[in-house]
Amino acid sequence: MKILKLGIIRGVIAQIVGTAAGVGLVTGLRALMGLPAWAAEPAAVGGALIGIICFLAGVGALTDWWKWALGEEVEDHHGPDPRGWERYFGVSVDHKVIGIQYGVTSVALLLVAGSFALTFRTELVASGIQFLSPALYNTLMGLHGIVMIAAILLGVGAMSNYLVPLMIGARDMAFPRLNAFAYWVNVPGAVLVVSTLFLGGFDTGWTGYPPLSARAPLAMQMFFLGVYVVGLSSILGSLNIIVTTLRMRAPGMNMFRMPIFVWASFATALIGLTATQLIGLSFQMVMIQRLFGMGFFDPEKGGNVILFQHLFWFYSHPAVYVFILPGLGIVSELLPVFARKPLFGYKWIAMSSLAIALVGFLVWAHHMFTAGMEEYLRVPFMYATLLVAVPTGVKFFSWVGTIWRGKLEFPTPMLFTLGAVVVFLFGGLTGPPNGTVATDLHLHDTYWVVGHFHNTMFGGFVYPFFASIYYWFPKITGRKLDERLGKIHFWLMTPAFWVMTFGMMWIGLLGMRRRIADYDPAQGFDGVHLVLTIAAFVLATSILVFVINLIFSVKGGEAAEGNVWRSRSPEWQIASPAPEHNYDRPFKVVGEPYDYGLPGSTYVDMNPAMAGD
Amino acid sequence: MSADTAHMTDYKFKLSNNRLGLWLFILSDSFVFGGLLVTRYYLLGGHRPELDQMLGLIVTSVLLVSSFFMNRAETAIAHGDRQNFIVSTAITMILGIGFLVGVIGFEWRTAPFGPSDGAAGSVFYMMTGMHAFHVLTGVLFLFVVLRNGLRGRYSAERHWAVEACANYWHFVDVVWIFFYPALYLLGTPAG
Repeated sequence: MKILKLGIIRGVIAQIVGTAAGVGLVTGLRALMGLPAWAAEPAAVGGALIGIICFLAGVGALTDWWKWALGEEVEDHHGPDPRGWERYFGVSVDHKVIGIQYGVTSVALLLVAGSFALTFRTELVASGIQFLSPALYNTLMGLHGIVMIAAILLGVGAMSNYLVPLMIGARDMAFPRLNAFAYWVNVPGAVLVVSTLFLGGFDTGWTGYPPLSARAPLAMQMFFLGVYVVGLSSILGSLNIIVTTLRMRAPGMNMFRMPIFVWASFATALIGLTATQLIGLSFQMVMIQRLFGMGFFDPEKGGNVILFQHLFWFYSHPAVYVFILPGLGIVSELLPVFARKPLFGYKWIAMSSLAIALVGFLVWAHHMFTAGMEEYLRVPFMYATLLVAVPTGVKFFSWVGTIWRGKLEFPTPMLFTLGAVVVFLFGGLTGPPNGTVATDLHLHDTYWVVGHFHNTMFGGFVYPFFASIYYWFPKITGRKLDERLGKIHFWLMTPAFWVMTFGMMWIGLLGMRRRIADYDPAQGFDGVHLVLTIAAFVLATSILVFVINLIFSVKGGEAAEGNVWRSRSPEWQIASPAPEHNYDRPFKVVGEPYDYGLPGSTYVDMNPAMAGD
Repeated sequence: MSADTAHMTDYKFKLSNNRLGLWLFILSDSFVFGGLLVTRYYLLGGHRPELDQMLGLIVTSVLLVSSFFMNRAETAIAHGDRQNFIVSTAITMILGIGFLVGVIGFEWRTAPFGPSDGAAGSVFYMMTGMHAFHVLTGVLFLFVVLRNGLRGRYSAERHWAVEACANYWHFVDVVWIFFYPALYLLGTPAG
């Protein structure tokens, strides 16, 4: 049984067995308690919960802790992982392996969520119902949102896991086992979220607002539980990043000499660690309301649906900063490399990441201007929201300052970086109208918001994520991604993307509602929707080019073992792919990280004279 | 450097990491309890659930006293006093179980409302349930510490598990210090 050596196979089998056992357990307990034995919903929730735990046990993510509880000594590392592809399908505590696991899962989920979008985008090609029932449309639309969110969180995890320890000169993360756990818990979570498609779907969109979510089909519970688990991963991953950043830096690397991406990742982790708990709580409360008839969000029982929105958005707005801050960090990281100039205003950029993260805690209710919340909350939240533009503006100023009179080069990673700057600029400019009460009352729930949001997500995550893959692919594999295909990817994706989002904003202003399966032909949007759908398919084609590029370049790409981008960052001073324990000996930071083009300046001394030598 | 001191330096470095990690976990977890307090005030405002005051006072005292023994256990092992450590850990665990019995076994049964009877019931069962879940995990943690302590796994120099367990236990106790007045004392009974 060679296949059982793969952790993921054991995990999936255990999840199936565990789910069945959980269903049986709940049914048996109900029979013992004298209730009607069979109830689909409690059985399904119990089964899913036990299924998750069994997956983790089966894959081996709990083994060390179990041994520890039994009083055995366990080492952080168990010696080298198996070579070859097998190690990516089982528990590894190496942050580089985990980073790649995150990355591959992220890309896979991006493809799944993207195909959902293409499906319902095709439905919108003309007014009237073409081929999707409204219920399936709603499910696909909600799944597009939530699976993309999971994909983005995993992409953020990929970047920070792979890069942070390498950049700060650590051997691994502070808690390698926790790191592996935080990755693997996503897998059963993703399974649950996608299982909603087969359990009757859900019609609330990704936000899961009660009262609708309190009445939606059984699949709603799987949605809540799956998202909860993905959130748990985010919390534990963030905890790890914070401790790693604060405690594991190389000698001489004070906080203001860290590569700027580490700052971004750190600020992101502050949000992920704390705010995530509240979406978890809000989802738990709806689950419990459905299971035990509690009345948190049921006005008949003295509950209040607005409470859910407060708890939900307390995370879900900062969450968008979780999505974009690492991406903006990548932009700040790559611009100086390809402009061959120092990063303009390092400290300002570092602080602006922190400021965005902290101000982000005070803006959530701008999602609720039309929801019927207390009116006196509107203006304070409007001002807090607009305040976010200040640190964001600092970043743009600094990027322009960095490019200014630089010797720009335009390989694929730089194209995506510049793309990110421009796209995010439009994402940023289209935001304040939503944050301002007077205009939001008109714009709320229109396609304008959809266009704005896709601008921020593409500018803040998708473009930088692609940039980082093109940039660090040689570090990961020792081979470059194909430049020609990379440029085709960029030049197909960008115009298609502009057509799509500007089109969305345009019909949004004219009154196109978001989240609906059909629209009135009298509105005259049929033609625009056709164009939007064509643009979406062109965009999908560009992603296909990217995936083909990935697959072929892993084995067949141009060999690139040295410092291909002439970077000053420490991870490029060692072999590619990076050796198992990253650095043979600790390096020492002796200068500023981004003094590109300044003669005689060094950032890291890779072979410092050791005190004990 | 001898291998032994190198090992100890490594242990101390990891210990500091672990401490920071635990504090961050506590910070994160306190957002859950904060969210529950917000829920309580959002839904009930100046009212509080109608509860058995005597029982509330008893379980609160039990939990507070357990924190004293937890601290005693940690101090004992830090001074290498294994006997005292074992006894105090066992007492903490028993008091923790006593708290659970008081809340789940008595308060939940005797409360004049069920979980589905209005906002006060929802809030009460959710807050005490979430807290009791944490107490339960704490009791399990104590059990592991006790079992490994009986096998002599901890010493004055190396007892991170005991320290972690103690800090977690105190945290759960502090949460109750906020929850108890919010549920039992502040506001007028909802009736």
